Amino acid sequence: MADETQETTNPSNEEPAKTLVRSPLRGELSRRSFFSTLAFGWATFAAASAGLLGAAGRFMFPNVLFEPPQEFKAGFPSEFAMGVDERFKATYGCWIVREPTGFFCLSTVCTHLGCTPNWLTADEKFKCPCHGSGFIMTGINIEGPAPRPLERYRIVLAEDGQILVDKNTKYQQEKGQWELDGSYLEYA
Amino acid sequence: MGELLKNAIDWAFQPTLYFAGTVGALFAVLFWRKLFSKTVVITVFFAVGTVFMLWAPSDPDFKKIITKPDNIPIVILIASVVFFTWLALRQAVDNDRAIAKGEPTLEAGLGKKKVFTWPDLVYVEFICLILFTAFLIVWSLKVQAPIEEPAATARTPNPSKAPWYFLGLQEMLVYFDPWIAGVVLPGFIIVGLMAIPYLDTNPKGNGYYTFNERPFAFSFFTAGFLLFWVSFVILGTFLRGPNWSFFGPFEYWDLHKLEPLVNVDLSTYFWNMLGQPKPLDPLVREAPGIVALLGFFLVLPPLLGKTVLKGMVKSMGVVRFNVFMHLMLWFALLPIKMILRWTINLKYIVGIPEWFFNV
Ligand code: FES
Repeated sequence: MADETQETTNPSNEEPAKTLVRSPLRGELSRRSFFSTLAFGWATFAAASAGLLGAAGRFMFPNVLFEPPQEFKAGFPSEFAMGVDERFKATYGCWIVREPTGFFCLSTVCTHLGCTPNWLTADEKFKCPCHGSGFIMTGINIEGPAPRPLERYRIVLAEDGQILVDKNTKYQQEKGQWELDGSYLEYA
Repeated sequence: MGELLKNAIDWAFQPTLYFAGTVGALFAVLFWRKLFSKTVVITVFFAVGTVFMLWAPSDPDFKKIITKPDNIPIVILIASVVFFTWLALRQAVDNDRAIAKGEPTLEAGLGKKKVFTWPDLVYVEFICLILFTAFLIVWSLKVQAPIEEPAATARTPNPSKAPWYFLGLQEMLVYFDPWIAGVVLPGFIIVGLMAIPYLDTNPKGNGYYTFNERPFAFSFFTAGFLLFWVSFVILGTFLRGPNWSFFGPFEYWDLHKLEPLVNVDLSTYFWNMLGQPKPLDPLVREAPGIVALLGFFLVLPPLLGKTVLKGMVKSMGVVRFNVFMHLMLWFALLPIKMILRWTINLKYIVGIPEWFFNV
């Protein structure tokens, strides 16, 4: 479009393009240096971003972590009454449940969005205060939006006869892991 | 008499009735808009509302929920939303009347009148600013900040409520997996709102209120905003109590009120109906739900485009129509799922917890 108009106004064709490009004045960017400046700018920006991301990543791995050990001894099996034991909820984030046939250890993290459900003794179920998911004593989800049962932690007997809970190993019912050794402690 | 009224109100505010009632009320208002946009209507509404607000707090449970520092803004919200909806409707009805007679709209006259930014506009803004600051100062002095007990990992407050503007999202989480309700649906809300200018190229209603010239746009926006945002905020604020159960506004927040809500997946219904055990392979197990969803998203748009919505395809073009239909279907998923939950206790249409895929 521009060339056409130029041609019509310049019938003699006296190299109209040349008059449009002038060499840069002092302190002005030339066409060439524009790209190197741009590249330098982006490289600096990328380096700064990488540094920031690195620092943020480092932040995820603190030098010291104040959290309870993942493994703990919960006491002798005979000390437990039937039902849900809430003593370890605040400290270790789990419930130890005793049934007539044995023990299992439930995680206190709702499988919907991670709130901490409450054990309602009278109604015999765990009920989540966030969106109303409900779980029966075994951890199976029966109501509300939670898509899967509560997770179980590894529970075994230590050499000294105490119950040993290991939170590093989880058992998920929907994956069939509740059948595995360690997810349930037989005790009559 | 008082007790009777309270019980009636509690009864009317159970979830299904509440939702059906708000839908019905909104459509009645839009349908009889000539009547509802009369000044008498809004006057009567606020008169009755005032009387109600004078009488109702005599009930301790009602008073408690209404005067919680968190909830006071929602009481104000109800009043202002009603008023501004009425105002918009009023202007739309007036304009429709003018347009029908061939007269200029209300807003058309405004363009001719000009005032100075300084002092006319800035002055008004400044006075508003001062008044509002004074109001906020009084509010913050009079009402305690809604701060809860110190945070503890083992204790989630019961009920645990999101800030009021997120209560709509929290309500959606009751019906869906966190992925759908927390990521996919909000994503679609944002994308959908951004897509409006590209999908809706109808120039009618630009710069003036009107209903008759664009009944669908007006009703759809009003329904979307009032039913799926404001009414959820109200529901989450006043009607959700401990354990996220429903409570009427006059009901005592009993920790042990429990409606057994045993929820069932669609696949369970299906295989039970066939009298067979659930297949082990999750894809086969969830086949009925998957087929239903695929039908919903892939078959419904072309089907509707060929039949009922032929005119729409023509005026919008195929691409626009399909984008629009998909946004609408995602939107429709919410009320469908809510109704299924309330009526047949449906948990998930497709539930594959093994793969974190639940719809
Ligand atoms: S986090 Fe427990 S129900 Fe949503």
